[in-house]
Amino acid sequence: MSKILVIAEHDSSTLNPSTAKTVSCAATVDGADIDVLVMAASVGAIAAEAAQIESVARVLTIERKENEHAVAAILAPQIVALSGDYSHVFAPSTTFGKDLMPQVAALLGVNQISDIMLVTGSHAFQRPVYAGNAIVNVEAPPDHIVVATVRTASYPAAAANNSASIVSIDAGVDVPGHTRFVELQSGASDRPDLQTATKVVSGGRALASAENFDIIYKLADALGAAVGASRAAVDAGYVPNEMQVGQTGKIIAPDLYIAIGISGAIQHLTGIKDAGTIVAINKDEEAPIFEVADIGLVTDLFAAVPELTKALA
Amino acid sequence: MKKILVGLKRVVDYNVRVRVKSDGSGVDTDGVKMSINPFDEIALEEALRIRERGEASEVIVVSIGSTDAQQQLRTGLAMGADRAILVESADPLDPLRVARIFKSLVDRESIDLVILGKQAIDGDNNQIGQMLAAIWGRPQATFASNIEFSGDSAKVTREVDAGLETIEVDLPAVITVDLRLNEPRYVKLPDIMKAKKKPLDQLAAADLDAEPGPQIREVSFQPPAERQRGIMVDDVAGLVAALKDKGLA
Ligand SMILES: Cc1cc2nc3c(=O)[nH]c(=O)nc-3n(C[C@H](O)[C@H](O)[C@H](O)COP(=O)(O)OP(=O)(O)OC[C@H]3O[C@@H](n4cnc5c(N)ncnc54)[C@H](O)[C@@H]3O)c2cc1C
Ligand SMILES: Nc1ncnc2c1ncn2[C@@H]1O[C@H](COP(=O)(O)O)[C@@H](O)[C@H]1O
Repeated sequence: MSKILVIAEHDSSTLNPSTAKTVSCAATVDGADIDVLVMAASVGAIAAEAAQIESVARVLTIERKENEHAVAAILAPQIVALSGDYSHVFAPSTTFGKDLMPQVAALLGVNQISDIMLVTGSHAFQRPVYAGNAIVNVEAPPDHIVVATVRTASYPAAAANNSASIVSIDAGVDVPGHTRFVELQSGASDRPDLQTATKVVSGGRALASAENFDIIYKLADALGAAVGASRAAVDAGYVPNEMQVGQTGKIIAPDLYIAIGISGAIQHLTGIKDAGTIVAINKDEEAPIFEVADIGLVTDLFAAVPELTKALA
Repeated sequence: MKKILVGLKRVVDYNVRVRVKSDGSGVDTDGVKMSINPFDEIALEEALRIRERGEASEVIVVSIGSTDAQQQLRTGLAMGADRAILVESADPLDPLRVARIFKSLVDRESIDLVILGKQAIDGDNNQIGQMLAAIWGRPQATFASNIEFSGDSAKVTREVDAGLETIEVDLPAVITVDLRLNEPRYVKLPDIMKAKKKPLDQLAAADLDAEPGPQIREVSFQPPAERQRGIMVDDVAGLVAALKDKGLA
């Protein structure tokens, strides 16, 4: 049997969907017995949400004011204190999990497996390397705890149909004060969340300005889609960083992805490999994006995108 | 005045499209262009700017790997690093061991700030900085897009999924950098000549106090599932029809 601890990601009030995706991955480990750990300043609502996730046996909570913000140096020792009961500790491969889990691994004296995309045995996994240009089959030593992050784009969110028990834990470990949260600036919008949206419209360097990006937002709104961007568009300041899709941005798997004025560099493509249907609009018929697009249209975006928005409205 | 350590990993250049060897034993790196990991160039650029502002006294670049990594260290010296350390190992080392090697260098050199890339674009691990911070017992600020110092602490803005998070960390600390922190400088020819005279020390990984971690075995490699080229449509009307066909509009 595998006893798996999944570290919940949340924003202090609601659970991030990456948690239910990580549980989906954990549930594919043979004979998995899954607990979810919620660390927060106020765990109530988050724990209740976690208890609904299918396949979860127990939700463990550690409520303390130091857990108000996700600081790896504060959370890691609390996870380590609980880890003795587990054969695996998983977290999503989001910026939250990437920041935290290597600390957990190092404190436990093991190596970490990044970005599990497939479980092939209790200690055997597939993960992408070289911007997804190669997949490697790895095997972790069975006599050590497995510490891993899960590539959330590879897994659907587990259903919310459960009522697991909620157990409050007193981890009682000392945590350092050397790292202090100052602020979070986030471009809150009422559009769908990029990482979970079923439809995404992305714009690239070709948009040429923040103002021009407006045609991308309008198309997204007509489709009920989230908005993404290439690195070039983010670097140029047309849109904020949290919209970057790709190897070093967000890895997403929507049903529909529309790439507009994006050339299709490997670092961008690695972020959209798992999309259902990829549509590309680009004026250069040689653009590499067309090699992976299911539907391609060679045209000037400034005429085509408003026309498409009108046709879909 | 701070002493800064920067990690420079030698990796396959980001423009190369690597291929898995037909026997699945790894990826083909024969004759392929090698470069400094792009994030590490950004890390070094930041360290140099900190020194140029008078907030650091010395920038040391380190690469852990084969002797060929001297090339990348020489480039780092040409960019402006004061000296270089090559920690030699013929075989690739596991991430925990690499982090422990960094820790051992931090102790030897009394380092105040370690700046690394957020990830190496070969293994895409995104681990070393965090592991180092954990075993050193010092703060980490990962995915940095802005760094400001005041006294014995640093205010770091981090690129996180939700947007931009700012944290304050006491020094010594580990910072890992994201793409938008800065634009690395180009190396000029005279700098390459000057760099030849700068010190480049060589150590054997085996001589440093850094045990390997339990090995994660790389059993085999395979190419990713390829997406097929789809259809081309002639105009927006064709696109709308194709989307409707798939039930997507
Ligand atoms: C370490 C590293 C990590 C990276 N990580 C990422 C990442 O996570 N995500 C990412 O996206 N990139 C990433 N990149 C950058 C990547 O290599 C490319 O530079 C980037 O994706 C290019 O963005 P783009 O396609 O918008 O711009 P370009 O490559 O400049 O493409 C613009 C496209 O727009 C088309 N175009 C121009 N005008 C029009 C018009 N009027 N109508 C229609 N089409 C038009 C052009 O034909 C062209 O194909 C990374 C690079 C490195 C080195
Ligand atoms: N062999 C190495 N030599 C020097 N620096 C390294 C090495 N491996 C990793 N690093 C540093 O650690 C960062 C993160 O690497 P990784 O965790 O392997 O993705 C890199 O960007 C480098 O700055």
